[in-house]
Amino acid sequence: MPKKSLNKHNSNLAWPKCWKHSSKPHKFCPGCGHPIVLKMLGEIIDELKIQNNTLFGVDIGCSLLAWDFFNIDTVQTHHGRTVPVIVGAKKSRPDALCIAYVGDGGAYAIGAQHLVNSRIRNDNITTIVINNANYGMTGGQDAPTSIPGQITTTTINGADKFYMKGPEMVANISDIPAYVARGTVDNPIQLKMFLKKALEWQIQGKGFSFVEVLSFCPTNWKTDAKDTLAFLNKLKKIYPVGEINNI
Amino acid sequence: MKNKKILITGNEIVVKAALAAGAQAYFGYPITPATEIMTEWDKEYETRKKLIFLQTEDEMSAGFAMIGSILTGVKAFTATAGPGNILMQDAFAMAEAMRIPTVAIIGQRGGPSTGSVIYSQQEVTLTAFGGNGEGYRIVYSPSNIQDLYDQIIKAFNVAWKYRFPTFVLTDGYTLKTRALVELKKPKTLVKSYPLVLKSKIRNSSQESNYENLNNTFTTEEECFKVNTNLLTAFNKIKDKIAESESYSLNKQAKTLIIAHGIVASSVKQALNDSNSKKVKLFRPITIHPFPDQNLKKALLGIKKIIVIETAANQLLKLVKENIYGEKIPIETYCRPGLGISPEEIIELIK
Ligand SMILES: Cc1ncc(C[n+]2csc(CCOP(=O)(O)OP(=O)(O)O)c2C)c(N)n1
Ligand code: SF4
Repeated sequence: MPKKSLNKHNSNLAWPKCWKHSSKPHKFCPGCGHPIVLKMLGEIIDELKIQNNTLFGVDIGCSLLAWDFFNIDTVQTHHGRTVPVIVGAKKSRPDALCIAYVGDGGAYAIGAQHLVNSRIRNDNITTIVINNANYGMTGGQDAPTSIPGQITTTTINGADKFYMKGPEMVANISDIPAYVARGTVDNPIQLKMFLKKALEWQIQGKGFSFVEVLSFCPTNWKTDAKDTLAFLNKLKKIYPVGEINNI
Repeated sequence: MKNKKILITGNEIVVKAALAAGAQAYFGYPITPATEIMTEWDKEYETRKKLIFLQTEDEMSAGFAMIGSILTGVKAFTATAGPGNILMQDAFAMAEAMRIPTVAIIGQRGGPSTGSVIYSQQEVTLTAFGGNGEGYRIVYSPSNIQDLYDQIIKAFNVAWKYRFPTFVLTDGYTLKTRALVELKKPKTLVKSYPLVLKSKIRNSSQESNYENLNNTFTTEEECFKVNTNLLTAFNKIKDKIAESESYSLNKQAKTLIIAHGIVASSVKQALNDSNSKKVKLFRPITIHPFPDQNLKKALLGIKKIIVIETAANQLLKLVKENIYGEKIPIETYCRPGLGISPEEIIELIK
């Protein structure tokens, strides 16, 4: 889209107000799921009127491509380390809305200890994990979320039968109630509801909130539009979509 | 009015100094010999509403949570040692790239690996140059407990004035020993300020009202530019920060001992006890930036250098690099991980 066409009037119709114009078109691949999540998140931030009091932390992985996505204070951190940065910020500014936006590798592999302990401490932050069942940014390697038989660049004959159910883990490792849900980019309305509930959970000071999002990665799945949807449906069978509360 | 002196351990004095410097937050993970810094902070935290404390799940988390706290404008700090210092390099690299004024107290213990929990000077290279950058960092090496108190206050000020990660490189002996310390009130305190979340009232149509902070670059040129800016900024403040101390009973002495930290105290005592007129001491107070100009001046008339450290080749490496071109012979007395007493030094310089 040429930048000229992004006049205020047009963009206000389709874009959340808190989106940053100069960084568009965005840097994600065509067909990527990230922008859908970021659109829903932007709409909620507009609705809750918290643009000026939000800190958005992005990991290394494709989430880093959102480092200048919003007119929202944003910090891009290191691979797996977004949760602790956001925890430190929240401890120091409890009135601000603090969000960690992380890939499934960042959350469940290299940063798993931070996720587990933040949940156990019931830190009052919101973590959003983009589950695209692989390591997107590095070219599609096996992730803790890759499903049995999935071809990745490090499982060329198909991934093993072990996989990670992040939200279920997060919900169950503590008796303390947390808001936990799994959404999917092919149901943005429902996803938006989950994200909004998670952010409101934080705003109400209730502690840890967590949303995993099943998300398209056509580049590394090596899929066209039809097969992208088909693979997402396959993921949905293994990773049930919905709220996973222990409340 | 003279400030009172109190008998106190190094670990306790760290917390007193940090509070005097205006520190509000501590993030850390237990490790000997620096654990009591955290337990002392916790005691303060329990009684003062404004303080922040989090015992994290590991040193990476401590380092990064400190960064998150600092971003909001809080004077946050941490302390670690040995293997913890290794893990925390992840966070220090980010701080180095993004000019985040972290303050870390390093209680050196014996290496490599888990090593000893007691003492060494083996974390010089790691502290000053750890990470995948050039060492855009400031490192102080106090030589006794009073000095530790003074350097910590200075470290907070320097970190927030110049925005480079700042370290106070101490050791197990200094932290665990009790000594008399004068709790001087700092003459100046540099204020902290937020790097994000600066105001709740912002014109949302103005992009420049929002901070988008990153450390990942798409092109070599962008990366080079960031490095050039960091290097230029670091070089500009180098001479303002580099500090050293010279000590001798005789200005004409022809042998120069170079030592830092607690070993420099050992050397001083050895010179005094033996009434040595042949030997002088040069002590870098800042390990990095290294006081190269002062050292060059101190070398005038010197016929022999002796580098003494409780590491094999860490201070030595820095000395060689900083006096490149000098023809003065260098002798060494290096004991990695093993304390050096004044008696040994007296024997050495006899
Ligand atoms: C400490 C460290 N190890 C490895 C990398 C290389 N790396 C960059 S992104 C990435 C994987 C990202 O995968 P994921 O977190 O699932 O996010 P995605 O790209 O799929 O959104 C890796 C391994 C790195 N940047 N830092
Ligand atoms: S690699 Fe995958 S996750 Fe990353 S931007 Fe491209 S489609 Fe999106």
